[in-house]
Amino acid sequence: MMIPLRTKSNIRFDSKLAVWKYGRAMGARSAKKLTGAQMLLRTMYMLEFIEDMIKDEKSSTLREMYYISEGWDKAKFSAQDESNMLAEDLEIITQCMREDFKLRPEEDGARVIGNITIQETDRKGKKKKINCRDDVGDSGYGIPYNVEKEKISLVDCDADFVIAIETGGMFDRLVENKFDEDSHAVLVHLKGQPARSTRRFIKRLNEEMKLPVCSFTDGDPWSFRIHASLAFGAIKTAHLSEYLATPTAEFIGITASDILNYELPTDKLNDKDIQALNAEKTDPRFNDEFWKHEIDLMLEIGKKAEQQALAKYGLDYVTDTYLPEKLSELGVIK
Amino acid sequence: MAIWDAPGYSQVLAGSRRPGHLSSIAHELAKKQKEISVSEFFEKNKQILGFDSLTRALITTVKEAVDNSLDACEDAGVLPEITVRVEKVENNEYRVTVEDNGPGIVKKQVPNVFARLLYGSRFHTRSQRRGQQGIGVSAVVMYGQLTTGKAAKVKSKISDEDVAYECELILDTKKNRPDIIAEDFVIWDRSHGTSFQVHVKGKYITGKQSIFEYLKGVAIVNPHAKLTFVPPEGGTVVFERASENVPSPTKEVKPHPEGVELGELLSMAKYTESLKMTSFLNTEFSRISYRVAREICDIAGVPPDQRPTDLSLEQAGAILEAIKQVKIMAPETDCLSPIGETLIRKGLKNVLGSLKAEFYAPPITREPKVYAGNPFIVEVGIVYGGGLSREEPIQILRFANRVPLMYQQGACAITQAIEGVDWRRYGLEQRGGQGIPFGPAIVLVHVASTKIPFTSESKEAVANIPEIKEEIELALKACARRLKTHLNKAAKRSKTRVKFEIVQEIIPMIAKKSAKIVGKPVPELAGTITKIMNVVWIDDEVVFEKNRHHVSVKIYNYTPKSQSFHLHMLVPHDKIDQKTLKEKPIEVREENKITWDVKRLQSTAIFELDFDLRDLPQDQYDENEIYVSGIDPASVIGVEVLPGDWDLEHLKITEEGPAEVLEEGEEAEVDYDEGAEAIDNEE
Repeated sequence: MMIPLRTKSNIRFDSKLAVWKYGRAMGARSAKKLTGAQMLLRTMYMLEFIEDMIKDEKSSTLREMYYISEGWDKAKFSAQDESNMLAEDLEIITQCMREDFKLRPEEDGARVIGNITIQETDRKGKKKKINCRDDVGDSGYGIPYNVEKEKISLVDCDADFVIAIETGGMFDRLVENKFDEDSHAVLVHLKGQPARSTRRFIKRLNEEMKLPVCSFTDGDPWSFRIHASLAFGAIKTAHLSEYLATPTAEFIGITASDILNYELPTDKLNDKDIQALNAEKTDPRFNDEFWKHEIDLMLEIGKKAEQQALAKYGLDYVTDTYLPEKLSELGVIK
Repeated sequence: MAIWDAPGYSQVLAGSRRPGHLSSIAHELAKKQKEISVSEFFEKNKQILGFDSLTRALITTVKEAVDNSLDACEDAGVLPEITVRVEKVENNEYRVTVEDNGPGIVKKQVPNVFARLLYGSRFHTRSQRRGQQGIGVSAVVMYGQLTTGKAAKVKSKISDEDVAYECELILDTKKNRPDIIAEDFVIWDRSHGTSFQVHVKGKYITGKQSIFEYLKGVAIVNPHAKLTFVPPEGGTVVFERASENVPSPTKEVKPHPEGVELGELLSMAKYTESLKMTSFLNTEFSRISYRVAREICDIAGVPPDQRPTDLSLEQAGAILEAIKQVKIMAPETDCLSPIGETLIRKGLKNVLGSLKAEFYAPPITREPKVYAGNPFIVEVGIVYGGGLSREEPIQILRFANRVPLMYQQGACAITQAIEGVDWRRYGLEQRGGQGIPFGPAIVLVHVASTKIPFTSESKEAVANIPEIKEEIELALKACARRLKTHLNKAAKRSKTRVKFEIVQEIIPMIAKKSAKIVGKPVPELAGTITKIMNVVWIDDEVVFEKNRHHVSVKIYNYTPKSQSFHLHMLVPHDKIDQKTLKEKPIEVREENKITWDVKRLQSTAIFELDFDLRDLPQDQYDENEIYVSGIDPASVIGVEVLPGDWDLEHLKITEEGPAEVLEEGEEAEVDYDEGAEAIDNEE
């Protein structure tokens, strides 16, 4: 069985879609090797399992499937990563989405606060209109795992842009400071690496509501990757990049230059950070002047900073100074 | 004739307790009319005598007595049964009792054996003896007497007598004479044997340098001995014997002139019965004819008729110089008694069996070699894997003349030789390719010689003599190669197992599942299997049960075409139970080389070869040695290609040109599941 290699070296920029997709390099999964043979056997078991779920109108989480494999004899998974990867392999092979397989992730997408109105079909089939500012509490609207049209439609919106925030702490700071209202923004909490549904939801806001998207993250190599998966497409899910990535998303997170310019409190880069930065230097998604410069600079100063480090200048600094400066630089606000 | 008078046994007393340095000390003592008190001598030479610490003193006590017992049993051709009992009397005082089933000692000699320091040095013959290592059991008696004030108690019975002779002995430290303070005849319910009991000041410990470890070592290299140990904390440890053969008594040889030292020469000259230098040289040394003796005297400028007792220091020096100049035959080497490859393995398995080691590499016994006129022989055994720790340095078991060496590991030529070998080649970890390697292994090294060169008089480390170190290294490497062969085989085997799992289990399961999903009958798998495997796979096994080795070899032709080739095995042919051998070999040659013809084995067919071996001890055959010829070696897994030394020209081995790339395509394409690049931290 030939499958596109899901590696950093095998992603190519698709100029038509403006996102990163898998390249032409293929890997063979063959029964000649033990792992290959095992994965093929697992594929068979998983197919049977999916077939049964479709028949019985059930669905399962990825984790449940991992536990179900306990009974699969030699096809048992040894880690959930393996079963998740195989589910993605199946998406690639069949060109279906894992939702089609009745498989869903454990966690829902993250939270949203802002003046947009959506219509969600709830579990009883009832359609509900929800305004993500007025109809929700301070924790915002929770993005469900399925955000496709049959579940959610975007009804109305009175906002100028979307700001996707890495940490819950910063999300809450912006909520408390009423940044959504004052700046006409939709705030989305990413919860670290954003789940598929979060990315899909942001993409729909961008495409259907014509809202520009900015990602506001910490200043470390891992945050750069968060932005990459949001804007360029993730390596693991490059087969779905055109559904998940928002190519026009802009980075307004902490950069190495910000650390110097704003004189932010920092932590030293650890070995893993340095490794990650070096890996990003060979990552084609970061192969442009801006990123090359920032990655090199971060390696040079050997420091990283959290977005909450901006609190050095007071709780309002981020909403009064930092974000307006960054956003106007990019022309998002005037 | 009393056993006592047998020449062999007298050696236990006389010849054996005669390490060069000590004997010269003794003569010194004699000269000075025992001006130095024995206790003073003792105090000064504690280190030499092995009583320098309380823990060591206790081990030395056991060691001297056990060595004596073993030597005595062997001389009499008795399978040793030795019981060692250590009891705590008070604080630092222990009572040690060592009882053997040896031939016993005649009454009048008992006091001399046990209570006379360095008793006699009349004999200058040499033989490979345990006793060479210590100063003798009399030293133990003396030590006990000096530290506890108590007499030693000896009970001995020879088979001629109905009763045992028992006495209590002390050493008259002024005269170096035994004093019998009590004696009696007692009933003893054994036909012969000796019991020796002494009170000593000491400290009992367990662990690496302990009596238990010492006895364990003794049990390994003396698989013919049964050892029982009753430690002070109670309980009983028994090392059962693993062999019923008493090693033949070692042949005694006179010293070879090349190894003799000045002091030794002088003392030999003093005590000889010869009246002329020429006859002295001829009778007291090996390999010196009268002609050679005269030549030596001529070169040294010593009158051939001179009385040896008149030999001056200068003359002795001249004789030694002359010995270097004349041609003298190399010493005899048949006087050595190695443990032997079979018994080393037996001994290791017997004592270390509870470790459940994975592999006992067939030990190596080298040919005898000579250093400075002394013949020596090196033996090595390696135990690997199983319950042994993988994280720690290997364990080193050092032996000299079948006596475990417990102290000064770092100073010993054995350790240095081990450190000098690059063990990484043989499957052990070793930083930088030198030093003591790490891994799940125990390495045994035994050096046997008529004269073991020790680094010091404490006799715990073999001196770094180039000839000896080189032999140890060669033996280590030879044995390590056997280990490596085994490890290679094991690695190959596990690779084969993986393929087996794929073919026998996973592929049929895939077929079943996919057939169910698409709703079609399960397909015939033979084609798929041969396509995936494309090898001839040979699986073999030896099972030992009911005193038989069941050998089974299965040849699976997992290639798409029929295969013909020859299968060769190294099997003790006379042990094959012909009734069980269904597949007749086409050739049986000397050295147990047997060849079978595998003809036109069809694709996916199986060729089975089974037979039993009988009357063979289990450890004489525990791995099959199988080779193939007449087939592309790259397309066979599970066995080796026939090595050159099989020399089978008449079989017309048709080596097919360079092996076709078997797993074709696999190199070219990337394996999807083994692309090492990790994708982390991304949803």
